[in-house]
Amino acid sequence: MIQAIAFYLFAFLVIASGVLTIMSRNPVHSVLWLILAFFNAAGLMVLLGAEFIAMLLVVVYVGAVAVLFLFVVMMLDVDLAELRAGFIKNFPLGIAIALVLLAELVLGIGALSAGHLELGTATGENAPNLEVSNITNIGALLYSKYVFVFEAAGLILLVAMIGAIVLTHRDLKTTRGHQNITRQVRRNPKEATQMKQPTIGEGVEL
Amino acid sequence: MTEFFQNLGMTYEWAWFVATIAGILLIAFPLMLAVAYVILIDRKVWAAINLRRGPNVVGPFGLLQSFADGLKVFLQETIIPSAANKGIFIIAPIVTFTVALAAWAVVPFADGVVLADINVGLLYILAISSLSVYGVVMAGWASNSKYPFFSAMRAAAQMISYEVSIGFILVCVVLWAGSFNLTAIVEAQRGHGLGIVNGFYFNLLLFPMWVVFFISSLAETQRVPFDLTEAESELVAGYQTEYSSMAFALFWLGEYANILLMCALNTLLFFGGWLPPVDWAPLYWVPGIIWFLLKTLFFFFMFSWVMATVPRYRYDQLMRLGWKVFLPMSLIFVFLISGYLMATGHFGTPA
Repeated sequence: MIQAIAFYLFAFLVIASGVLTIMSRNPVHSVLWLILAFFNAAGLMVLLGAEFIAMLLVVVYVGAVAVLFLFVVMMLDVDLAELRAGFIKNFPLGIAIALVLLAELVLGIGALSAGHLELGTATGENAPNLEVSNITNIGALLYSKYVFVFEAAGLILLVAMIGAIVLTHRDLKTTRGHQNITRQVRRNPKEATQMKQPTIGEGVEL
Repeated sequence: MTEFFQNLGMTYEWAWFVATIAGILLIAFPLMLAVAYVILIDRKVWAAINLRRGPNVVGPFGLLQSFADGLKVFLQETIIPSAANKGIFIIAPIVTFTVALAAWAVVPFADGVVLADINVGLLYILAISSLSVYGVVMAGWASNSKYPFFSAMRAAAQMISYEVSIGFILVCVVLWAGSFNLTAIVEAQRGHGLGIVNGFYFNLLLFPMWVVFFISSLAETQRVPFDLTEAESELVAGYQTEYSSMAFALFWLGEYANILLMCALNTLLFFGGWLPPVDWAPLYWVPGIIWFLLKTLFFFFMFSWVMATVPRYRYDQLMRLGWKVFLPMSLIFVFLISGYLMATGHFGTPA
């Protein structure tokens, strides 16, 4: 029974915060609701027994991606009137996407009520080993059967990262205040200070 | 504990529920008491290093100082700035405090003395500590005031930066221990150094990682020398500027609970948790929880020691240290450690 309560709590909160994400007038509130939705989705994953995926969802989406969202949205001065103008302009596109989503939902639910898709169960060496935790299972699959796909994903991310760096990188000489850290660390009182004993009435020549 | 409540005549589900609630209270209340006293220890240590006396008026040796401060804060008026975003302004300290307490659920205090012995314990701690940035960011934004906002921006950038290298350090530890479960990680440290020393620190490949972890945990909890979010010479009091009364106290308690958590993590990951420092039979007569608390307090002493001696970093130096020094270093060590473990057949021969 406690599983059912937990499921309905998480499911309700995911949907409610999802709705509030798009209904909020303040963009920062939207991001915060989105974070709550991520968090509750992680709760649903835990209920499914996929605790590794749940933790990754929190670490990656809540801990890193959403922080950057929040970071950017807070810094932007979003003009609500301008957003509304965009709303009218993008209205047909929005309707089109909504129709596609609706069609998919109807198709999916219709197909489900017509009967399950018979996938069969994995046997032999592909069968999930229920005795060890799902971290071990995912690791064993990722680094053996799917190793090339996994490495390809890694390479794509690497290329994306290099691309982002190339796009934002500026030549160091043109930027202001480039610092030589080694020189700063090596600096000591002897070369940074000078003892002077000026006679009265005369200034100090530096 | 579930069995104890079952013996009182409850069904299994109710007994489990009551036992969990009791476990939460058994962790949360001593933790709050511990926070009150580590604040006092903190102040006493700074005072000793600065050749002052420190708090010594309220109670014998100033032992009741934190409670006097707590009472004072409790009696203050709660001020909410009129231009603040009220809901978020109130939620922010609650988030900070809750998140700081939530991480303690998976910390094993002694063998088997843990509220939730889950097998993704370490990932859970990483997830929860990545949440703690939200309290600060929400507080800074909701205050609708410039200094708190700067502070929130700094906090967000700083905590994300250092989490990356902390993540890689945790990978090193997990590789060696072969588990994400904190209890298993501590057990893997039994007799790790030459069969005598309990702890991963006694290992040429993991010791540098411990140093990086210690410094990163200072940055993660925004302690000196990385306390740029509340640099009083630039930002008044940072994200807490607009807060008063209990809301401020919640930030304070949460901050110290986080610091204690980081000390506990240093203990658990590198210094053998509840195991005695040396694998020698008479030392096991001392209960494990005593060793755990002693080690945690030792790390807390190191935190205050650093605070009393080191000047604050500049912001660009902080970022440079995180991204250009710690990140490459921890990456290289992940490579070295996994290579060493593969070469020595730590994972068994490949099938």
